[in-house]
Amino acid sequence: MKGRDLAELAGRNLREALLRNSLTTIGISVGVASLVAMLSLGVGLQDLASDRLARTGLFDAIFVTPRSSAAAYRGTLAPIEPPKTLDEQAREEMAALPNVVEVYPDIRFPIEIRYAGSSYATVAAGVAPSAHKDGAFDDMRGSFFSSSDADETILQIDLARQLSDHPDSLIGKDLTVRYAERQPLPPDPADSKSQPDGFSIVPREKGLRIVGIVETEPAGGIGSMGRGRLLLPLHLAEALRTARTNDLRDLLRDSRKKSYESLTVRVNDPPKVKAVEDSIKQMGFTAFSLLDASKSLSLVFTVFDLFLGIFGSLALVVASLGIVNTLVMAILERRREIGVLKALGASDRDVRSLFFVEAGAMGSLGGVLGVAIGWLIGHAINFGTNVYLKGRNLPAIRVTAVPWWMVLAAIAFSIVVSLVAGMYPASRAARLDPVEALRYE
Amino acid sequence: MTNDHPMAIRSERLARHYQMGETTVRAVDDVSIEIRAGEFVALLGSSGSGKSTLLNLMAGLDRPTSGTIFAEGRNLAEMRSEELAQHRSRTIGMVFQAFNLLPRMTLEENVELPLRLAEVDREERRARVREAIERVQLTARLTHRPSELSGGEQQRTALARALVNRPAILLADEPTGNLDSVTGDEIMQLLGEINKAGMTIVMVTHERPRAERFANRIVVMSDGKIVSEGGAL
Repeated sequence: MKGRDLAELAGRNLREALLRNSLTTIGISVGVASLVAMLSLGVGLQDLASDRLARTGLFDAIFVTPRSSAAAYRGTLAPIEPPKTLDEQAREEMAALPNVVEVYPDIRFPIEIRYAGSSYATVAAGVAPSAHKDGAFDDMRGSFFSSSDADETILQIDLARQLSDHPDSLIGKDLTVRYAERQPLPPDPADSKSQPDGFSIVPREKGLRIVGIVETEPAGGIGSMGRGRLLLPLHLAEALRTARTNDLRDLLRDSRKKSYESLTVRVNDPPKVKAVEDSIKQMGFTAFSLLDASKSLSLVFTVFDLFLGIFGSLALVVASLGIVNTLVMAILERRREIGVLKALGASDRDVRSLFFVEAGAMGSLGGVLGVAIGWLIGHAINFGTNVYLKGRNLPAIRVTAVPWWMVLAAIAFSIVVSLVAGMYPASRAARLDPVEALRYE
Repeated sequence: MTNDHPMAIRSERLARHYQMGETTVRAVDDVSIEIRAGEFVALLGSSGSGKSTLLNLMAGLDRPTSGTIFAEGRNLAEMRSEELAQHRSRTIGMVFQAFNLLPRMTLEENVELPLRLAEVDREERRARVREAIERVQLTARLTHRPSELSGGEQQRTALARALVNRPAILLADEPTGNLDSVTGDEIMQLLGEINKAGMTIVMVTHERPRAERFANRIVVMSDGKIVSEGGAL
């Protein structure tokens, strides 16, 4: 029998026992809905976690330090071979590597904030312009820096709360920052051959306008000072020439060239981090990225999704028993009809196909309905979660997600489960002895 | 019917035995019969004589326990299930005592069903359905369901369904068994006309007068065997 005729006959048969077939289809749709709701929760939570982590700016960044610095801090003997200096030349070499977007120093220094007659000690950090592009500041209040050397600052929310009971009201206001500036000493006038190799440290003040408030410093917290709570445009932070721990080491080094404590290398795509990281290590530096942590997270969520999928599928498996029951009942009711079909020339394959198409139709309809219901459940979960979060003055999030692959996979899975459920009734109908079937009253 | 006509059905030592507990039921036992194309053969016999079983063997609905049965030159005993289905679709038309129309289909859809199974194109299907329905004079009842038709109309619909694939052989299992005598005669008249048009008909009946009136040959069965065979009066 041709496909279109099979479909027409199957459709007619399904309409004939409308109530029973509708109930079976609803059973399947509930099963699929449970599967979709479970998986959408798993995928949504994974997306949420990935998104939050991506916004930290840690996953497309490599943190580079000189190879000896860790050993030097621990007080072990310095290596015989002098370690490669993390200087301007190294910064340029790294910037020239393929897929590298930007290389910038991790500028982080202690400051004292003066605002409304009070002083607060905290840490300031320079923020690279590229940080704005990876979504890390999407949820911020206010705006990003107008330029990379503007006299502007973005405050971390906890610091803003310290400064004011109404943090949002700080935007547009000015504050003063006190910091330690390193000033090079002039050559010794008594010695005409002397070089300007010393420096003094003097306190300085800088007025800054608050332009935004952010939850946390993206990509921060890797250095020894922890996350910065007052953020500055990177070029402004560099121009401040703040005193750093490296200054002492630079003073002792023969070359006396300016070096960096650490550099952050930003890559255009997280999967390319590994190759760039390897290149930097070959250049003689210590490089560190959170790529492995990201992989572990992905593995955890895959296992989580697997278990959610298994639990969600249980309802579908139970629903598939409904298909078996419905079709076995249909065989009993349509026994004589099957005999007539065979007498008129229907092959075993025709009869089998007819029952398969009926099972498949219930499966596909149930699948589509189930996806729709699952999607609605997902939205209800999102809505409920956000109502709860709003009550606690927390920002809205999306905890469920139904991507296209899930829609297609759920419908396909529903059809496959239905066809598997239809195998036994279909083969039983096909095997029916036509003489016996025609005799059936 | 002369020997010039080709053989439509031929069986040799055909047997169909059933096992019921420890008893072997010999529904058809050592039956050899030859039916030539264009013949109208009536199989007569009491209930349980094996005539319907013989008809089912001719249709390829049942398989013989032993012996051979040829229809249009092909041995049905050796055919695979798919081939038997094709045989029923292309060579055989069947009419039953209980009509066996599908109750949820209209008259037109019931008649169309064998064409769907034979994968005939839609355009041709429409023409052949009209032709078959005109032949049994039911054009006015196309959209009626079996429950809206009289017994005679239902049997005529079943006849149209049997003819729509233009089979070589028409097998009728007590086609007048559920009809009153007038309607039964009308159906028999119709079968006679179809036979005159050249179709081979094998009809199971227990009504000897009708068999004698319309059939060319009467074969009487008893206990699964042919007990007498001869031309109608």
